[in-house]
Amino acid sequence: MKAETLAALQDARTKRRAVTLATRLSDAAEALVYRDDAKGELAGDAEILAAARRAMDIGKSETVEIGAAKIFLNVYVPPPRLIIVGAVHIAQSLAPMAAMLEFDVTVVDPRGAWATTQRFPGVKVIQDWADEAFQAMGLDVSTAVVTLTHDPKLDDPALESALKSDVFYIGALGSRRTHAKRKERLAEVGITEEMFARVHGPVGLNIGAKSPAEIAVSILGQIIEVRARRLEALSAPKVAAA
Amino acid sequence: MSDALEVLDQVGKWKADGKGVAVATVIVTWGSSPRPVGSQLGVDDAGNMVGSVSGGCIEGAVVKEALDAIKDGKPRLLDFGVTDEQAWDVGLACGGKVQVFVEKVN
Repeated sequence: MKAETLAALQDARTKRRAVTLATRLSDAAEALVYRDDAKGELAGDAEILAAARRAMDIGKSETVEIGAAKIFLNVYVPPPRLIIVGAVHIAQSLAPMAAMLEFDVTVVDPRGAWATTQRFPGVKVIQDWADEAFQAMGLDVSTAVVTLTHDPKLDDPALESALKSDVFYIGALGSRRTHAKRKERLAEVGITEEMFARVHGPVGLNIGAKSPAEIAVSILGQIIEVRARRLEALSAPKVAAA
Repeated sequence: MSDALEVLDQVGKWKADGKGVAVATVIVTWGSSPRPVGSQLGVDDAGNMVGSVSGGCIEGAVVKEALDAIKDGKPRLLDFGVTDEQAWDVGLACGGKVQVFVEKVN
């Protein structure tokens, strides 16, 4: 491994950019393969690039044989991120539980009295409107967004931005009735019924959760399930349509 | 994954301090191996370690190879498993096998 490779891997993590390091085992020749770029001695080999990007999609490191060479593909994907909109009581359970599950957790709320680090020790707290915060953070495919405020002024812009990104999970707290009204409001800003179907609402698995901590468990259960099914679907062999 | 990056952070620091450094990576596993593919162990030229490739079973042997790789600059492919006398001794008798790639950081 080259020292520059090491630096590039660290840089990719800081920027939450997925990268696969391909190494030829016979001589340690390398390529750093990004979604839309590649660098290094092996970067000219289209087969290696394709295999490296597939490994990146699945999120799984593996050794493959390409031609006569054994190539190890080490995948460095950013950890899944959970953005919680609303620094409310449920968020105080959800944030530490998600951190325990190794999510990179950020709580967003424009209300200064709520969005404090005292209320959320150990996770990132941003005092801002969700849509502005999202723009600064950059939503990506390894991000989940959950809105908890119950306040359309805060929740709706967050849902609208999340729906226009490729985050893997969107959840919104609120009853069926609240959810139906939410759909009507978002329709006015151009969110079609089909787009809105991505929002999990009422949020969480139906496990009869009542307390904030129980609701946090039901939300995280659903996020884990959605993420696992997505990775399963990506790693399943592709079957050509008949 | 975050483990692997912690390893690389320490390796980067060693390198910046002018030490000779090698990285060992689990590249294939069969059966019940204790650490998944991609797990890494960083080693400096004094034999200091960061991370793990087996949860303790084979680190001793890997460090020895890593020190050799730091000296001669050549990458190494190491197999550990039930058929390996040494692996028996170091506790992989559960049936797990691992292949570890060791390379110097240049």
